[in-house]
Amino acid sequence: MSNGSHLHIVTNDDIPASRKQLGRALVWGSAGLMLALGLAQLVQAMGWRDFGFQTWRPTLYAFCLWATALCWAQVLVRGEQGKRTLFVLPAALFVVSLTIFPLLFGLIIAFSSWNLSSPDGRQFNGVANIVQMWNDPFYWNALLNMVWYSLAIVLEYAIAFGLALLLNTQIRARKFFRVAFLLPLMLSPVAVSWMVGKSMLEPRFGPLSRLARLFGWENPSFFGTPEMAKLTIMVMDAWTFIPFMMIMLLAGLQAIPKELTEASRVDGATGWRSFWEVTFPLMLPVSITAILIRIIFKLKLADIVINVTSGGPGGATDTVTSFIFREYRDRSNVGYGTMLAMVYLVFIIVGMTILMKLAARLTGPRT
Amino acid sequence: MTDIAIFKDSASDRSFRMKWTANRIVVYGILIFWAVICLFPIYWTISTSFKMAPNVMQGHMVPWVDFQPKWLGWKSLGLSPDTIGAESTVRDEFVKRFINSTITALVSSTLAVILGSLAAYGLSRFSYKFLWMRNDDISFFFLSQLILPPVVLALPFLVLYKELALLDTTIGLILLYTLSVLPIVIWIMRDQFAGIPTELEEAAMVDGLGVWGAFFTIILPIALPGMVAAFILSLVLTWNEYFFAALLTSTHSNTLPVMVASQTGSQGISWWSMAALSTAAILPLIIIGVVLERFIIKGMAAGAVK
Repeated sequence: MSNGSHLHIVTNDDIPASRKQLGRALVWGSAGLMLALGLAQLVQAMGWRDFGFQTWRPTLYAFCLWATALCWAQVLVRGEQGKRTLFVLPAALFVVSLTIFPLLFGLIIAFSSWNLSSPDGRQFNGVANIVQMWNDPFYWNALLNMVWYSLAIVLEYAIAFGLALLLNTQIRARKFFRVAFLLPLMLSPVAVSWMVGKSMLEPRFGPLSRLARLFGWENPSFFGTPEMAKLTIMVMDAWTFIPFMMIMLLAGLQAIPKELTEASRVDGATGWRSFWEVTFPLMLPVSITAILIRIIFKLKLADIVINVTSGGPGGATDTVTSFIFREYRDRSNVGYGTMLAMVYLVFIIVGMTILMKLAARLTGPRT
Repeated sequence: MTDIAIFKDSASDRSFRMKWTANRIVVYGILIFWAVICLFPIYWTISTSFKMAPNVMQGHMVPWVDFQPKWLGWKSLGLSPDTIGAESTVRDEFVKRFINSTITALVSSTLAVILGSLAAYGLSRFSYKFLWMRNDDISFFFLSQLILPPVVLALPFLVLYKELALLDTTIGLILLYTLSVLPIVIWIMRDQFAGIPTELEEAAMVDGLGVWGAFFTIILPIALPGMVAAFILSLVLTWNEYFFAALLTSTHSNTLPVMVASQTGSQGISWWSMAALSTAAILPLIIIGVVLERFIIKGMAAGAVK
């Protein structure tokens, strides 16, 4: 976004000093209240003195008060400039308080042994969680599975592109096909895991098992072997998310000027060549956006796995999320689970940064 | 009358038409094939909810042709015509979960659209500077929340909510859902506002409106379709969310997906009642998908084309 599209307004604010002081007093006053409450609660949590707090709610309310005061004070102190800040400030405060703070808190948890069901509470245990993680074959297996699941996106992309191309041609009942193709995306993964995973793939009566028997597969078992189970999960996930890529690619296709494809036809390019040499290069930026977003969603894959296989057989279908979910459910150890999640986050950030750099190079101007 | 055709198709014309027809058959063949793949599971679920045990085992598919539809599945949910008036604990449970899901999804989507639209508007119109961060950095900060996997936040939130007595409350869930859809809303709305020329506000301000006045009276009506698209997309995502709901809620505020999942887990649950439950869970979104398809596609296409 260039600066040219910004609004340039010159305002002549004349804010009286008393108003400025009121604004500052509001912010600092509420901040002081929040700090005092937080400190008092911390003292109680440490067991030094009892103030009679039941929960940490008072500090939360004080924080909300401070956030409101901060927003209001923007207008009081900075006038017109403050009114502009007010557009972004609420969202920024919301995101910061709900991600940065829990993430920092998570870092503390990650280096401690904390079993929520035991009365001992949190115990700092240094790098013990990292050592345990290093020696946990199931975690590395889950990470490897994520690589396999992500590789499946290539095939999903090919199918989605094909469907988008078909929808972009002159066809009848285009609206019907578009709605039909979109529907899988609307369904909740939990419902899908019953509809497809548990009933349609049921080995005796499921319609897909009957179909498999018709094609000569004697005892269809879609979750029997590790490879088959992984493939089945991939197919189910692809089923729900292909519409997503398809729609993004369709939007990209519709944005290509008709003149370009017509010109290539005049120059003698037939179907296949016109696709590879005109359509596909033009679609490259959209494709990369779609694939990147799809990878992000794929890395969150969990619902289907939790509900259909719960990681089985032998961890073959485990995703990192479902693994941590079970780790918490079975042992309610918050510390170890958080450490695994943090390491996963580091992997994701490094991986996505590399991918985005690559993507920028791929779509950037050729020299 | 003579059978002499005045205009004859030459051989090349006929081959062209053949090719065209073959092409059409292949295209429609693939389209119909994929439509069946997309629709069959939905059809199977809905039809199974009207089946009885023998129908399921013998693989009957078409109602009235090879099986007689029965209200068995819906009866177990308390939603069949003859049980709709009677007391039913399952139905009460279902209605409670349904209302929980509705409230959570609606409130969090509304909140996300409000916060996200304001932020996106500000970022598309004014230049900010906060410490070292300029507009692009702030945008990136918001959008980068998208790559944060839910599992990273889940356990810290579990502990925090426990301390704040927010565990198993709708408000706690709403906050998290708002957070998770906010980047998507900002993504869509940024695109939307960038397409509106700044001359509009400039004219409004010359006429004496303030920044916020111009936003509410001039820009908001124009950007409304984009906001609806963002809202619908958020609604779909929050309605279907399972992971946080399964972790952070237990009895009071758990949502429909949690109920469906807990039913699937229990052994010996009959197919028809499970199918009825699944149908009831997916039906609202199927209706939304069919009726508001235009907005959903608009929302998802927003980021694709720059």
